[in-house]
Amino acid sequence: MPDATGLELIAQDLRAADSDAVLGTSYFREEATIEVAPAFLRRAAELLVGKGYTFMASCHGVDYYPEERRLGVHYQLLDMPNVDRICLKTRVTVEQPNVPSLCTLWPGANHPEREVFDMFGVVFDGHPDLRRILMPEDYEGHPQRRDFPIGGEPVLFTYNEDKVPGWTQ
Amino acid sequence: MEVTRAKLNGTAGDSSDFRIRQLRARDMLRGDIPDEELEQYVEERVLTTTLDKAVAWARGNSLFPATFGLACCAIEMMSLPGARLDIARFGFEAFRASPRQADLLILSGRVSIKMAPVVRRIYDQMLEPRWAIAMGACCSSMGVFNNYAIVPADKFMPIDVHVPGCPPRPEALMHGILKLRDRIQGNAPAGWRERYGAEGTEEVLGEADLPGVNAVNVFQSGETQRA
Amino acid sequence: MDAVSTLSDYRRQEESVTLSSAPAGEGLEQELMTINMGPHHPSTHGVLRLIVTLEGETVRDVKPVIGYVHTGIEKTAEDKAYWKVIPVVERMDYLSYYFNAMAFCGAVEKLLEVEVPARAQYLRVIHLELNRIMSHLVWLGTSCIDLGAISVWWYCFRERESVLDLFEMSSGQRMHTRYFQVGGVIEDIPRGWVERVRRFTKTMRTRADQYAALLDKNEIVLQRLRHTGIVDEATLLGLGVTGPLLRAAGNPWDLRKAAPYSSYDHFDFKIPVGTIGDNYDRYRVRHAEIYESCDIVDQALDGLPEGPFITEDRKVALPPRHELATSMEALIHHFKLVTEGFRVPPGEVYNPIESPRGELGCYVRSDGSSRPARVHMRDPSFVNLQATAPATRNSYIADLVATLAMLDPVLGGVDR
Repeated sequence: MPDATGLELIAQDLRAADSDAVLGTSYFREEATIEVAPAFLRRAAELLVGKGYTFMASCHGVDYYPEERRLGVHYQLLDMPNVDRICLKTRVTVEQPNVPSLCTLWPGANHPEREVFDMFGVVFDGHPDLRRILMPEDYEGHPQRRDFPIGGEPVLFTYNEDKVPGWTQ
Repeated sequence: MEVTRAKLNGTAGDSSDFRIRQLRARDMLRGDIPDEELEQYVEERVLTTTLDKAVAWARGNSLFPATFGLACCAIEMMSLPGARLDIARFGFEAFRASPRQADLLILSGRVSIKMAPVVRRIYDQMLEPRWAIAMGACCSSMGVFNNYAIVPADKFMPIDVHVPGCPPRPEALMHGILKLRDRIQGNAPAGWRERYGAEGTEEVLGEADLPGVNAVNVFQSGETQRA
Repeated sequence: MDAVSTLSDYRRQEESVTLSSAPAGEGLEQELMTINMGPHHPSTHGVLRLIVTLEGETVRDVKPVIGYVHTGIEKTAEDKAYWKVIPVVERMDYLSYYFNAMAFCGAVEKLLEVEVPARAQYLRVIHLELNRIMSHLVWLGTSCIDLGAISVWWYCFRERESVLDLFEMSSGQRMHTRYFQVGGVIEDIPRGWVERVRRFTKTMRTRADQYAALLDKNEIVLQRLRHTGIVDEATLLGLGVTGPLLRAAGNPWDLRKAAPYSSYDHFDFKIPVGTIGDNYDRYRVRHAEIYESCDIVDQALDGLPEGPFITEDRKVALPPRHELATSMEALIHHFKLVTEGFRVPPGEVYNPIESPRGELGCYVRSDGSSRPARVHMRDPSFVNLQATAPATRNSYIADLVATLAMLDPVLGGVDR
């Protein structure tokens, strides 16, 4: 992991490219996270690739409900030669859920971004084939949002405990 | 040398000696045994049954399961033909890939809502007579996951045997298959409701406000998650 | 999306493929055919649906369609206390259940900053490596069925039964044992378990030699697997593929060596690496990993330290039963843990481990309550499945079946 100072240096470089792009950094439990504005995401990813974080380990979504800018997209990047990980994070609202797609940088982002779209409703601009991947194609709703009901079957009870004789009889 | 003589037409039940039986068979063929003894003779030696029962016996002993592994239960189902618990002993080792050739659908694993129409289609493609076993908790009831994504198999297809477990041991699945075999062959054992005197405990759907209902421990849909 | 648009999706897919320049013959017309494989098909890799565009017998494009065993595990996990998430998350990648539990428990332990005692770490390593052996055995058995070498399946499942006996002896369950808990393991191993494991690793090495004797130089295996399904390392890295697939292509990336967790740095083992990256290398890499796992298990048994098997922090782990009779605090801790569960300080962590299929990462976000706010498992099969198309383009259907077998997708992890 880059330590806290390394993280700040990276953030400084990103700010040098675009001053209001980096919205925050966080160094928590020895893991580094950089939050960027959605419009700057592709540029930040390219800069991080230039710094050596060439492998995309994971792309996943989070719903920060009830905090505002609910839908978060995290890209976990990995620098294999130095065994360094960094998380590139961006947050969008439900009304404006557009995030540029990083499929051109990493072809392996294809399925994970489709999953984030399916589960949270984040629209990836520039994705070659953005449609539902885990739910049926005509499903309505985005299941993993925090205000989506969990669903399930009701437990069926027989409501006749007082009428049934004891099991041992 | 001692010669022992035994009476052929003596005691009717004394047919243990092979030589005596052989001579009696010769007599039967010549038409020498009287009627009642003939009937008893035939009864002791020839298995009579109805055609239905014979066919049911054959069907039960040669079920062709369809390879329908969905999730974790599939791995335990796959260890059924393995060397430890060999279902070839019972004749069921021929897992058929095509539903047209199979007559037992072992639904092993969780049925998601995307998969449910596919399962129904496979079940429809099977030829009569066909049976279905819901293996595991996920397809019988919702199992560990009571959420939007899966559906219990009872909702879209008839199930004959439910095998509980998560995943059920291969022995448990074997027990379920053998129970199904007994049912096919006509010797269905008494269900648990008869055995425990629990008639009248069939599940009701929808009527939650019956008079005299003890509603203290009733969970609404979704609240079961908090348990 | 209605049926018409999905139909034109398939037609559009066909249009994107160019017919090969060599014509089929005099006066014959070439046409692309799109067929559907699955989700129910004899290949026992789970409910994977492939839409394959064929030109004759040659595969021109493959599109995997997944979601047929999607169980909403991540959503279910948000509704349960951390302790109760463990059995739910275990059922994800159903062949490597200890790994699922390890990734999740490791993430929560990171958040809680609780330390796992040394004995628990060693026990975890032993169970993880036994699970790796078991997963590779199932992979080998089912792959050989796909290739036609059906007897190997019986041998592999016979070994698998031995492993499951060991799991049953230590935890009571064959599969999905919920043996790993946050802070350690749920129970110490019983007497006699160590000897049985040693006996198992000894026989496992002999059996693995027998599998090698059967398959390694087998003419049919060589014809089916050699030089089929080749993907070069750069493409694999771009796709995010890790695990034996990447190692077969020559990149020795293994999280057990690169970023050791749970005392893996105490053990001396090798990483099998392939050269070409074809199906044969993938087979050999996984087969060699069985030996390495046996070595790790033996070393861990040799060095198994004494001590507690779960953290002593009573706010995280249940106190031992005998304390409940004498200590009021223990009773209160027990009550709070069982009814509500422990609270985790707010934060987000990502915990990656090396599962039999690649990097299994668990992302946990907690909001300070006793239930996680988000659990996401970065499953290796989900990402590795994207390598199906590059690996099988312009090869035969038979190579598609072999490649799919060698990719080792477990659809429970793909769909979660």
